[in-house]
Amino acid sequence: MELVAIFISAILVNNFVLYYFLGICPFLGVSKKIDSALSMGLAVTFVMTITSVVSWAINNWILIPYELDYLKIVSFILVIASLVQLVEMFIRKMSPPLYQALGIYLPLITTNCAIMGLALLAALREYGFAEAVVFGVGSGLGFTLAIVLMAGIREQLDLADVPEPLKGAGIALIVAGIMALGFMAFIGMIR
Amino acid sequence: MTTKSIVQEFTKGLWDENPVFRQLLGLCPTLAVTGWVINGLAMGLATTFVLIFSSLVISSIKKLIPSQVRIATFIVVIATFVTIADLFLKAYFYQISKALGPYVPLIVVNCIILGRQEAFSSKNSVGRSFIDALGMSSGFILALLVLSSIREILGAGTFLGYKVMGPWFKPWIIMILPPGAFLALGILLGIALHIESKTKSRK
Repeated sequence: MELVAIFISAILVNNFVLYYFLGICPFLGVSKKIDSALSMGLAVTFVMTITSVVSWAINNWILIPYELDYLKIVSFILVIASLVQLVEMFIRKMSPPLYQALGIYLPLITTNCAIMGLALLAALREYGFAEAVVFGVGSGLGFTLAIVLMAGIREQLDLADVPEPLKGAGIALIVAGIMALGFMAFIGMIR
Repeated sequence: MTTKSIVQEFTKGLWDENPVFRQLLGLCPTLAVTGWVINGLAMGLATTFVLIFSSLVISSIKKLIPSQVRIATFIVVIATFVTIADLFLKAYFYQISKALGPYVPLIVVNCIILGRQEAFSSKNSVGRSFIDALGMSSGFILALLVLSSIREILGAGTFLGYKVMGPWFKPWIIMILPPGAFLALGILLGIALHIESKTKSRK
């Protein structure tokens, strides 16, 4: 039951983009077409799942037992950066079609603060292993949901008459604000 | 680039290349911590500290860094100063550190800082990088202050915790909640672009 609550809360209630404001850069940058938004979302979900496993292991097997807590920031960021590289090489070797689909979005993920945020939040809340993994998968799916919805709205927005200064990022942020309002309605689902 | 005077190097960060309004960098912390002015200010100062010291270090060792591993080097330097800032806040300003939560460690992935190292500090002298970092962080603080003032005044009727609105004022709670951040920043970006296009057409 606890795991289900974490899962649903990561997707809908505490959505990474709309509640924690993590991963805003890809959310605004790669949300012009539904296809590319979906690829980006899946790539993020994939990396997030692996990150939550690896960062949990580092935190609980190395940092906490040896009282190296102050190295958390340095070690997480280095691990995430090399992890994304590794995942990219691995996918290119093992599954060229998947590599084609994810394409340029994989390297972009290194600079995605959602990944770092995921590792830090999971460490902050002292999640156990199963909880950390569920949190990682849920957060990735939540990100995918938000970015795909956003891309759908922006495809329609192309036809709308938006005031000149608001074109681009301005209207995208306002749309995100209205989406965040909608997602607030899910708060009642938990607790 | 090199022809710019010291003053221009500083002021470009305030408006022409303002990280938030013009370059759209560092939006995550900008949106996340600006519910209250005090949090926005603390985040601005912490980022300033990290940016200035990273720029000083990177610009002084720029000749020693092999270009293949420069990004990794930048990240380690930045992460070191972020750790210092995080521990300092935890030790002396526990309440603020708690309110900012994971967003202090997240300064490490703030694109403003890495962007300045890559675009400026790794190519310019120590003095120039310092001025550049100072200008950029002032621009960042400015953006955080504008956004957090609007959100706190409209959302709670207070400024830095002091009441500024009369008893007739009904707070717009939505402004200190996440949607308010998106709406306020979206409208501010529109205003900034509008001013920019007006001043351009006058020239």
